[in-house]
Amino acid sequence: MTDAAAPAAPAVHRVPARDGAALPILTVLAALLLVWYAASVWLNAPQVQERLERASPDWSVSDLVAGAWAMDRPVLPAPHQIGVELYESVLGRPVTSKRSLAFHAGVTLSATLAGFALGLATGVALAVGIVHVRVLDRSLMPWIIASQTIPILAIAPMIVVVLGNLGFTGLLPKAIISAYLSFFPIAIGMVKGLRSPDPIQLDLMRTYSATPAQTFAKLRWPSSMAFLFPSLKVAIALALVGAIVAELPTGAQAGLGARLLAGSYYGQTIQIWAALFMSAFLAMLAIGAVGLAERGLTRIRGGRL
Amino acid sequence: MRWVFATLLAGAAALALLDVNGVAALVAGLAAVAACGAAMAALARDDRWPARIAVPLLFGVLLLWLWEMVTVGFGVPRILLPPPSMIAAAFGSHLPTLAADFHQTVIRSVIPGYAIGCGAGFLTALAIDRSPFLQRGLLPLGSLVSAMPIVGIAPIMVMWFGFDWQSKAAVIVVMTFFPMLVNTLAGLRAAGAMELDLMRSYAAGYGQTLMKLRLPAALPFVFNALKLNSTLALIGAIVAEFFGTPIVGMGFRISTEVARMNVDVVWATIAVAALVGSASYGIISVIERGATFWHPSFRQ
Repeated sequence: MTDAAAPAAPAVHRVPARDGAALPILTVLAALLLVWYAASVWLNAPQVQERLERASPDWSVSDLVAGAWAMDRPVLPAPHQIGVELYESVLGRPVTSKRSLAFHAGVTLSATLAGFALGLATGVALAVGIVHVRVLDRSLMPWIIASQTIPILAIAPMIVVVLGNLGFTGLLPKAIISAYLSFFPIAIGMVKGLRSPDPIQLDLMRTYSATPAQTFAKLRWPSSMAFLFPSLKVAIALALVGAIVAELPTGAQAGLGARLLAGSYYGQTIQIWAALFMSAFLAMLAIGAVGLAERGLTRIRGGRL
Repeated sequence: MRWVFATLLAGAAALALLDVNGVAALVAGLAAVAACGAAMAALARDDRWPARIAVPLLFGVLLLWLWEMVTVGFGVPRILLPPPSMIAAAFGSHLPTLAADFHQTVIRSVIPGYAIGCGAGFLTALAIDRSPFLQRGLLPLGSLVSAMPIVGIAPIMVMWFGFDWQSKAAVIVVMTFFPMLVNTLAGLRAAGAMELDLMRSYAAGYGQTLMKLRLPAALPFVFNALKLNSTLALIGAIVAEFFGTPIVGMGFRISTEVARMNVDVVWATIAVAALVGSASYGIISVIERGATFWHPSFRQ
């Protein structure tokens, strides 16, 4: 999509989209790390200072810095502390262990994928209905938009409790919340995509006396693909958010949301940050997988999506 | 129009019969659904604006009515899913509590957080717009951060800023900053090459070009971010309240009343959240219509 969205206009204010992005990104990252280390010294300093005063009255600045970067429960952990925690909790423990972050990530990922599949099916079905049935277009569309203006995350605890009382626990409630968040971008993108063929092309299909099913399979569906994949990238990130939030209200035992909550109860800042970074990696991985699927499909269809 | 009246009549009859005779209620209910389908089909062919509003309205009424019929008719336990009438009653009897929650969550957390987050995102976009180097470095990171589940930072913010509204506002600032930044930057690049050249031929400086051409051209993108952020902000505040809060607020109300099985109060709070979300979206849409009336998506 980005390739199409970057016209090569010679105007003064325009920036060519991708020429040498590595250096700027590395610079910004380096600046970020620098600010982070400085901030962790600044935020942790009061506590470290107190401890140093108690141990011995003559402490130097380097003691303070070293102490601030090695606290057990820092206000802001230094990046390397998060890295060590991530390394130990992902690679240092067996995957089946309850203390392994990979195990928790797997629990959240399974709910995310189940919810994403559910959301994909719902979103595409709704879009097909909306494009082909006029009553559905008029009646459903405003409510689909309204459904997202209410914070579904507020209803998440309700859904978990209600389904739990009905005997559904574990994956299903989380998947439903994920699906609720992820169906929306898919439905909106697909409606736009299914309506994207030019009237000229639709007329051409008519001159071939194509049936509605043929028009759908040979024209509408292929031309919707270019809209589907950007929506899918948004949707899978939202599905992950849904899965994590669904783990919060019931005090789930496993999953990244459970790790966040446990970390917040016991003041384990490093654990919270590690879970947070893990979820960011998961989001990147999931979006990357959708991108790969897009490229694979493009290749199969001969370079055109 | 006749079908609408038939729908409302049959629907009301079905609700009234519910306590008297199940079979009669079912028959009246099926008649109401059929009449509603006919009414919606008839109205969907009409292109005038009352009909355009009536169809989704009728659909919404149908949903609420079905909810009431099913929960009362099949005797669904109140703890699982209360009927709309019970939610409305809870709404009425808990007005002071709901108002206090609204004040804590929306007025004290959401609005300051939203204003600071959107404002900071917008100003940062203006600042780094002049530096292509920063843009190329920040944009990929920005899209990365916006793909990250930002609600996860709620426990950290609660630790840093305490239980009161400051931590909720901080979560909202972080959540709304990047959508605004990315959208504004995209918008600032949306001015056409022809118009930019024209401004140059007028010998307009950077500031004039910005004020007279590029900012107006960026407005649709900015409003896009404002709309997106309005729901994000509410979600962020409610989720952040799960992680620790004073004993007031919509997220607090939902989590405690669920635990105490007062499901009707929970649904009343959800109704408040839905109303606030829809209203803020609607208000921003109206402002958008006024400010960007020239945009192709508003032309008939």
